[in-house]
Amino acid sequence: MPRERTYRTEAIVLRRSDFGEADRLLTLFSREYGKVRAIAKGARKPQSRKTGHVELFMRTRFLVAEGRNLDIVTQAEMVEGYNRLRDDLVRTTYASYAVELLDRFTADEDRNPQLYDLLSDTLRSLANTDNMLLAARFYELHLLSLLGYRPQLFKCVSCGEGIEEQDQYYSAELGGLLCPNCRQADLKAHEISGAAVKVLRFLQTRQWQAAQNLRLRRELHTELEEVMYYYLTYILERNLKSADFLQRLRREARLFATEVARGPTTAIEDRPQPDSDQEIEYE
Amino acid sequence: MASNVLPRSVQRLIDEFARLPGIGPKSAARLTFYLLRAAGDQALDLSAALHDLKEKTTLCSNCFNITEQDPCAICLDDNRQRELLCVVEEPLDVVALERSRAYKGLYHVLHGAISPVEGIGPEDLKIEELMNRLQHGDFGEVIIATNATLEGDATTLYLQRRLAGIEGLRLTRLARGLSVGGDLEYTDDITLTRALEGRQSL
Repeated sequence: MPRERTYRTEAIVLRRSDFGEADRLLTLFSREYGKVRAIAKGARKPQSRKTGHVELFMRTRFLVAEGRNLDIVTQAEMVEGYNRLRDDLVRTTYASYAVELLDRFTADEDRNPQLYDLLSDTLRSLANTDNMLLAARFYELHLLSLLGYRPQLFKCVSCGEGIEEQDQYYSAELGGLLCPNCRQADLKAHEISGAAVKVLRFLQTRQWQAAQNLRLRRELHTELEEVMYYYLTYILERNLKSADFLQRLRREARLFATEVARGPTTAIEDRPQPDSDQEIEYE
Repeated sequence: MASNVLPRSVQRLIDEFARLPGIGPKSAARLTFYLLRAAGDQALDLSAALHDLKEKTTLCSNCFNITEQDPCAICLDDNRQRELLCVVEEPLDVVALERSRAYKGLYHVLHGAISPVEGIGPEDLKIEELMNRLQHGDFGEVIIATNATLEGDATTLYLQRRLAGIEGLRLTRLARGLSVGGDLEYTDDITLTRALEGRQSL
């Protein structure tokens, strides 16, 4: 898509850093153009018309003028602010994680409207859900699918045989499950329980609407988080700052807000393991 | 490169200037040649100022503001309201608040804000020092005056939880609302919501 001298786009603010006297350099994920950088002049001054519209995680309509080096934001009007993300430190951290993952996984100006919609949906669900852990896992699985790293959860990545929902291994190198017979294909593969396989399959093949009421045991959440983090950091070859930050918050037990609801238990459609449909609670 | 044409002492200053934020090689060369030709002691004054900047300044062991004497002038000032403590992110925020002349209490400088995106956590800031100060001092009110950014809000949320347990301490934050000279039309939704929430009876 050829761009004109000025272009209009809707974008989410992924990062921003101070620039010059009172400007901000924004990293935007635009629905139409992918990841772009633009300067918001004067955005650190309270009087600026842009100030309240270009904060982190905001979904904003932009009018951008192409500059010689960096593009310049000429107008900005917030569409959705996901306000609750700003009222709770744990929510803020989860939103940071969503944005950091996307930033690490995408190259500049790589258009991906589906990914854009996934991010905006995820920020909305992180702002509203009582189950941030589940929303994060859902986001990771769908982000990987959209970027071509979809974990293979139905066939063994080594021998191609169908996989039963039983305890087995997850190989980051091969990008999916290894059946017990093929365990030696990747000796660094992680163990994964049958219940975790079931949940990952469920999340990978459903929309958030259907997945959001899933309630899992605390240990299962921990296992899923570890497996996904192992796979993600293998692909990225680095740790994620916001994930480390979450761990630090957890260590300060008093500050550990509920990441998961204390709601009524809802079973998933395809019966999970008998003990995996209990609600879980932290703190 | 023509860099070997210049004497080493000149090139060295150009290189040092070029390391500063917002200064490219051209500006660095311009500044260097300006100083080279500048009248009198201008260059030496600058050098002395730079020297003092590092040699004479320290952080106040009380409030962690930048100071030449420890404790700093504000902490020693008996005319200030000593039961009032204002928590800010940076030393420049102290300057801004002092400029308003509306605040007469003491300060505590955190030297940053919590940022999950950049991986800056509570332990990277002067938060334990703040806790220490509140436990040993006799403060009636803590005003949290962090920036109205996501990081500033994250810091406020964190401090709110940490300070909630301290008995007899009033915890407040700066109001959020319309800026002087600003049009209502261009004000963002969040600011407007907060401004409505914090409306005052006439």
